[in-house]
Amino acid sequence: MSGRVRRLLARTFLAAAAAASAGCAAMKVEPWDRDLLAEKKMSFTPAPLESAIDDHVYFSKEGSTGGQGVGGGGCGCN
Amino acid sequence: MKRGSPLLAAAFLALLLLTLAPIAHAAAPARGAVAPSFTLPTATGSVSLDSLQGNVVLVDFWASWCVPCKSSFPWMTAMHQRYGPKGLAIVAINVDKSRKSAQEFLEKHPAPFIVAYDPDGKTAKAYHVWGMPTSYLVGHDRAILFSRSGFDPKHAKDVEAMIAQACAR
Repeated sequence: MSGRVRRLLARTFLAAAAAASAGCAAMKVEPWDRDLLAEKKMSFTPAPLESAIDDHVYFSKEGSTGGQGVGGGGCGCN
Repeated sequence: MKRGSPLLAAAFLALLLLTLAPIAHAAAPARGAVAPSFTLPTATGSVSLDSLQGNVVLVDFWASWCVPCKSSFPWMTAMHQRYGPKGLAIVAINVDKSRKSAQEFLEKHPAPFIVAYDPDGKTAKAYHVWGMPTSYLVGHDRAILFSRSGFDPKHAKDVEAMIAQACAR
């Protein structure tokens, strides 16, 4: 296979991959279908208290305050 | 500089267009467009846009899980009381999948106006609803005078002025 054909094939593959991955961008949950998504259990932290306790256990064990995205040092003293 | 591949450029363009597709899809129906007709069940029977001919109609799409709907209902009740005698009909179209959740909402937020049910979202689709709630003000001639998504008490006065103007026509 000549270099030119190979290049063309690679470019075609790239273009097809780009088109295929962009296909998902056209998918959309319609506003009237968002009932399940709007439920509390679908949120990132459905139980804020529970996740705060989990975080506390985690950073106390690991000595990594701020390891979950909050600013702070790594002294493990709180 | 190396010459850019036209194929890659085309792929990039396709990517861009497809990314923008949902945004374009969300476009609201143009002002002045004829409001799509509908016939939907209510708690006691059915309602259709044609049966409200001669009225100015406020078509409002809502759901039990929609937070701003909780504040739009008292406002719609006030509009119903103020402009109902002047020819305003309010049709609140519920898009909940279960009738039970809609009823639970209505127990907390009573609606003296017409409440219709569109669990499949067919009418919502016909109206290109792009958020919850979305309302359309339909004039005597069935033309859409105004549409808005969301409910902001700050803008309620402007909408009321539009309703008053449409009823006076």
